[in-house]
Amino acid sequence: MSALLQVQDLTVNFALRTGDLTALNGVTFALGEGERLGLVGESGAGKSVAGFAIINLIGKPGYIAGGRVLFQGEEISALPEEAIRRIRGHRISMVFQDPMMTLNPVLTIGTQMVETLQAHRNIGQSEAEAIAVDKLRQVHIPSPEKRLHQYPHEFSGGMRQRIIIAIALLNDPQLIIADEPTTALDVTIQAEIMDLFLELCRQTRMGLILITHDLAVVSETTEKIAVMYAGEIVEEGRTEDVVRRPRHPYTQGLIAALPQGDDQRGTRLNQIPGTMPTLTRIPPGCSFHPRCPHAMDVCSERAPGPLPVAYPDGGGGMAACHLYDPNLGDR
Amino acid sequence: MNAPFSDKTKPLLSVRDLSKIFDISGGFLDQLTLKNGRLRREKTTVKALNRVSFDIAPGETFSVVGESGCGKSTLGRTVIGLYPPDGGEVHYGGERIDTLSSRRMLPFRRRMQMVFQDPYASLNPRKRVAAILEEPLRFHHPDMTADEVGDRVKEVMEQVGGDVQWLTRLPHEFSGGQRQRISIARALVVDPEFIVADEPISALDVSIQAQILNLMMDAREQRGLTYMFIAHDLSVVEHISTRVAVMYLGSLCEVADVDRLFADPRHPYTRALLSAIPRLGKKKSDHVRLKGEVPTPINLPTGCVFHGRCLYADERCVREIPELLKQDDGVLAACHGVEEGRL
Repeated sequence: MSALLQVQDLTVNFALRTGDLTALNGVTFALGEGERLGLVGESGAGKSVAGFAIINLIGKPGYIAGGRVLFQGEEISALPEEAIRRIRGHRISMVFQDPMMTLNPVLTIGTQMVETLQAHRNIGQSEAEAIAVDKLRQVHIPSPEKRLHQYPHEFSGGMRQRIIIAIALLNDPQLIIADEPTTALDVTIQAEIMDLFLELCRQTRMGLILITHDLAVVSETTEKIAVMYAGEIVEEGRTEDVVRRPRHPYTQGLIAALPQGDDQRGTRLNQIPGTMPTLTRIPPGCSFHPRCPHAMDVCSERAPGPLPVAYPDGGGGMAACHLYDPNLGDR
Repeated sequence: MNAPFSDKTKPLLSVRDLSKIFDISGGFLDQLTLKNGRLRREKTTVKALNRVSFDIAPGETFSVVGESGCGKSTLGRTVIGLYPPDGGEVHYGGERIDTLSSRRMLPFRRRMQMVFQDPYASLNPRKRVAAILEEPLRFHHPDMTADEVGDRVKEVMEQVGGDVQWLTRLPHEFSGGQRQRISIARALVVDPEFIVADEPISALDVSIQAQILNLMMDAREQRGLTYMFIAHDLSVVEHISTRVAVMYLGSLCEVADVDRLFADPRHPYTRALLSAIPRLGKKKSDHVRLKGEVPTPINLPTGCVFHGRCLYADERCVREIPELLKQDDGVLAACHGVEEGRL
């Protein structure tokens, strides 16, 4: 599988009066063509910042302090604003959480769709409208010709999110970054939108980065998972491995904290003590060590690098945890 | 009236045919419309609850689930007396409470407490935690001495996993999970029997959700509490409930023991809802797709409120409102299809 996206050591700082704050700390991952990756973490873990940083949408006082992003072999993190704009919404699209905030309330969806198309391609009104209708049909919006002339408030939340996805699809992107696309929606609608994403990825060989706090949603939709904690990726691997055989103590705790249904009903849930540190107070060493049940002396002294972890069937993943350091003796 | 409820134990809370209508027509001028050349005054109303009936037995955790706008929060607030009902009755411990004067309601307010969804909005930002916790205690127990109040507050603070140091701080100094602990402490401090918890963990992160759920389950054990738990997260509901009611558009579709509901859902809406729960590691998508969208509660559909989206609706469903009927195994379902045995 050729690499669609390579993120290498990406670091994002926020410049504050009191000094720089690191929101994203050396994040590295790769995505193949047509591959689906879930970026999971709790609020403040840096998952949205990672999504924005990939397409260089970090606003002041934030800035990319290090690392690079390669898209189809081209280093897009170094491109000037003019050039990256030709990629955003064209070859890489984004879908955000709240569809009402993303759509312009005073323009019909047709206008907004035509505008998006004409920003990237030199085409006429009727041709653009034909593409828009086609994309609305692709996301299963009934009678798209009529819907084109309606305003965002005339649609339900689920329909609006479908429209957002249709807009994201307009220029046939190779990658969609979806940031909590179903968090504002009800479960039945969430299920429909996730089914839609899966269907589109399979049809068009489009890559997907799904950013969410919901491990269960990710586990149903993606092939790979990267778990984020306090601005870093702490574990990465194939979805079934991460979900069934989590290696990092944080992932283990997170999964054990979910109600598992059936025979576990009514029992106490596993809880991770404490809360995730705020960016101003990241503990030294491994940022998870104060909450970790396996913490050793070394964990408070130095941060673990990414270490390979193996699975019985020969697959492999990554965990940033001293437990998997062969030089530190047995676990 | 046929009585589908015949619990052996005496219910703690009993709700009969509860209805709630909100007037959303606005001011006098907003209500005026021109019809057939005549100016008429018309009111627009939202039918948030339609003849809802259920019982909660002592010690139960009764959950109400449904999607946004189905009326589950309105139900919680009407039950506890925050909203006056527009029809029906609420009985608590054998006494009808929805018609009581606010003075006669007072002892019930101590016995019934509420925990809200948003711990940022439900704590007064200008009051220290001590004052937040002392206020309900002073209000309901005016004869308590300051020392007694202080001791009680400290005791509850420790029980919810807080620290005595927290008492001197203001709400903004706490994280969401800590604030929700304080909200729960505020409910527990007056030693209630019954707590309505309206989405108490929806605003929290997964690892914190587990902490708060454990706290609520511990409090139930220690104090013999009865919960009415309002939530949209079905896997959480499955975990902590004894019985579950599924709501759609202001009506109850199904009420069943948690085991039965999740193993063998009857109502087509319950089936669709359960199939949509994201499950860890579930690969195959077998979501039940519903037709269309939730209609507005301003113009309720005729007959069964769900018929427009139901895959099994027939002519009777369009015409006749289904009653919540008891099945052989005790499950209550409001569906003509289930009643006729075709589902």
